[in-house]
Amino acid sequence: MSAPRLKVENLHVAFTAGGRRREVVGGVSFELAAGECVAIVGESGSGKSVTARALVGLAGRTARVDAEVLEIHAADVRGFTARQWQRLRGLEVGFILQDALVSLDPLRRVGAEVGEALRLHRWGTRASRSARVIELLTRVGVPRASARARQRPDQLSGGLRQRALIASAIALDPDIVIADEPTTALDVTVQAQVLSELEGMKRRGASLILISHDLSVVAQLADQILVMRAGEVLEQGSAAQVLGAPVHEYTRALIDAVPTEHTRGSRLSPVPVPEAALGAPALAPAPASAQAGPVLEARALSKNFRTPDGSITRAVDDVSFDLGPGETLGIVGESGSGKSTTARLVLGLESLDSGTVRLLGQDWSGIPERARRPLRRRISVVSQDPLSSFDPRWNVERILVDAVPRSEYRSTAARKARAVELLGFVGLGPEVLPRFPLRLSGGQRQRVAIARALAPRPSLIVLDEAVSALDVTVQAQILDLLVAVQASSGVSYLFISHDLGVIGHLSDRVLVMKDGVVVETGEPAEIFGNPQHPYTRELIASIPEFDPAAIAERK
Amino acid sequence: MTGTASTTSTAATAAAAPTPPASRRTALSRWARRPWGLYAAIAFAGVLALAAVAPQLLATHDPLALDYPHSLHGPSWANWFGTDESGRDLYSRVVFGARESLLIGLGAAAVGIVLALLLGSLAALAVKPAAVVVDRLVEILFTFPALLLALLLIAISGPSAVTEIFAVGLGTAPGYARMIRGQILSAKRSAYVEAATALGHSRRRIVFAHILPNALRPLVAVFALSVGQSIVWASSLSFLGLGVAPPSSEWGALLDAGRQYIVQAGWLIVVPGLVIVAVALTATTIGRHLQSALERGEK
Repeated sequence: MSAPRLKVENLHVAFTAGGRRREVVGGVSFELAAGECVAIVGESGSGKSVTARALVGLAGRTARVDAEVLEIHAADVRGFTARQWQRLRGLEVGFILQDALVSLDPLRRVGAEVGEALRLHRWGTRASRSARVIELLTRVGVPRASARARQRPDQLSGGLRQRALIASAIALDPDIVIADEPTTALDVTVQAQVLSELEGMKRRGASLILISHDLSVVAQLADQILVMRAGEVLEQGSAAQVLGAPVHEYTRALIDAVPTEHTRGSRLSPVPVPEAALGAPALAPAPASAQAGPVLEARALSKNFRTPDGSITRAVDDVSFDLGPGETLGIVGESGSGKSTTARLVLGLESLDSGTVRLLGQDWSGIPERARRPLRRRISVVSQDPLSSFDPRWNVERILVDAVPRSEYRSTAARKARAVELLGFVGLGPEVLPRFPLRLSGGQRQRVAIARALAPRPSLIVLDEAVSALDVTVQAQILDLLVAVQASSGVSYLFISHDLGVIGHLSDRVLVMKDGVVVETGEPAEIFGNPQHPYTRELIASIPEFDPAAIAERK
Repeated sequence: MTGTASTTSTAATAAAAPTPPASRRTALSRWARRPWGLYAAIAFAGVLALAAVAPQLLATHDPLALDYPHSLHGPSWANWFGTDESGRDLYSRVVFGARESLLIGLGAAAVGIVLALLLGSLAALAVKPAAVVVDRLVEILFTFPALLLALLLIAISGPSAVTEIFAVGLGTAPGYARMIRGQILSAKRSAYVEAATALGHSRRRIVFAHILPNALRPLVAVFALSVGQSIVWASSLSFLGLGVAPPSSEWGALLDAGRQYIVQAGWLIVVPGLVIVAVALTATTIGRHLQSALERGEK
């Protein structure tokens, strides 16, 4: 084998802020051969993105980058000046940025953006450059590339934007491509397209450094995997070795944390579920709600929205379902499928154009808000972004005490005691009470949000993308908690997510939505094992296969 | 004093950090980055407060004592800001004018904010037809030249300090009303208000527990900014002879009186003008710092 395209030994990155030095990457070493993919896996704060940036001289002015060896194409790049780095980037190393939404200049046509690298490196003539841009866009799978090149980023969907970014990164045919979370925030079908494009680049001989938090994405592409946490490389080896026979317990936890339809009924996280959440009678729905019929009946829900240009979009079109006591109904769909609007209609936060919602056998959608208020305690909500759902002036104590019904807990002391009890259910101690949500971690915030949702002892909790913003190990803990809470309280969940794995793990029944319409409904085993509707089939086929055992055998 | 303090703090950081030259630089730059403007503003505000409460402590002369032989003298040791056409000491007149000038400024700001609060809350929270009417009214007031409004009010009730307060208050209210309306609307549409609705809380409870406190938080800073603006406005009205009448030494009135001697005795206009500018600057500096402190507090 020839010399590696990129070689790094003992890479350290430290930031100095306010006179204090903080090391964020402590000793990363690997070699990247031609046509190979090295993946760096880790959760937020693991130092994976900083590592990627340091490799191409983008760590920033406040960063101090040290390495025993840092060679690109056998050239020592450690003492490189900004100008030298600039020559290297684009020409020899392509860098695909994380967020297609913010990485593209909104005022610039896509073609100009993609051609920027060509122009900077004085590639060809103006005419040959624009031909090259069209060729690149076509290559990354942008349909009608010449028309698309004349559009601006806001006229493109997320997937097309991400592909435009990839096109600009590979404009000069670099043989090393670094992709930092290239599919994060993309719908699963779009993710599949982006992954297959990256795979194609690899086949054509490009070397790939893939940064991701998503093990199933990594499993598709990586030959070599580095697992990072808090700046340290915990485990490193071939993909088959790391995924198939992990040595470090953290790697094990990461792999086990991935929810799929096969993990139903098993714990995802090694962190035990809080004692209090197991068999807690204080969680159970109030006796008034104990009844045989469905908790929620949605009949022919429809909702139209007027878009700014005057046309009307059908956000939700003739959606019907029932939800029984203690049952979990998963609604899955991609962005714009109407799943969140359905949640808001069910919650009575959005008015229906037609259809009815009945809650616990009583009329819910057809009555004025004032009449709905007493019933509201039966239905709670947990949203994707808990932080914005808390009043910024309030600490955890006020947030929870406010949610405890005054009719049941008459004194302030009783309400506060209940708040402490609620925190116990979600695995938080009373020391959290005086803290403000802004100072809590993402997982803690979501726990507080769940505690608040449990406060009125609801019969039904609507969870709208409630775990989507969390790191995978934290997501695993929250999912375990939700399962335990349901087992001990008998609460029903309406669980809305774009993540098929999470839906498969949690749901008793699944509703697949596309463009406001329910295309298929059934038990997870049917939906995942034998999808009927073509869209469901496409969706299921797009899930990156993640089966550590199979990967181990591939070796 | 400050010099020694800064060197000791430099030495302390230098001892703690491994690289002394860099930390000396940061200690120095940290010293330079301290909000000196704010300190100056607070000190000046203190002097102003003293002048308003007990002007005799600061004044060097009787502000009304006529001394014709010494009329229109330039600034000197005896008369720091010079003398006016009747030989009165301008410095003492400025000091004695502080109470009325500040009262007019504060009063006008208070009237403006209260009016804005009323209009803004109604426009954002009242039931549909009423809210629309108030909203339009605010917009009409906003497009109406504020000076014209003030003139109208003065024409109706004659020039006096009280009229001036209401005239300036009415002039500044529409801008703040629009700001308050925007604040309330954004709080109303926030996710935390939606969460409170989902908990089944009454509208009244949501308005008083969430919407108003969050929407009105920045108002403290806005009020300070408004005081500065109002003083300038009130002085302009007095300068036009539409405010407080002589012999009052309200600063705008001083400007008005000095106008006739602008060529022979420029200081009669320059000095009170500078004082007005300094007061406005003081108010806005304090307001700006309050604002950023509040924003930091939110984070």
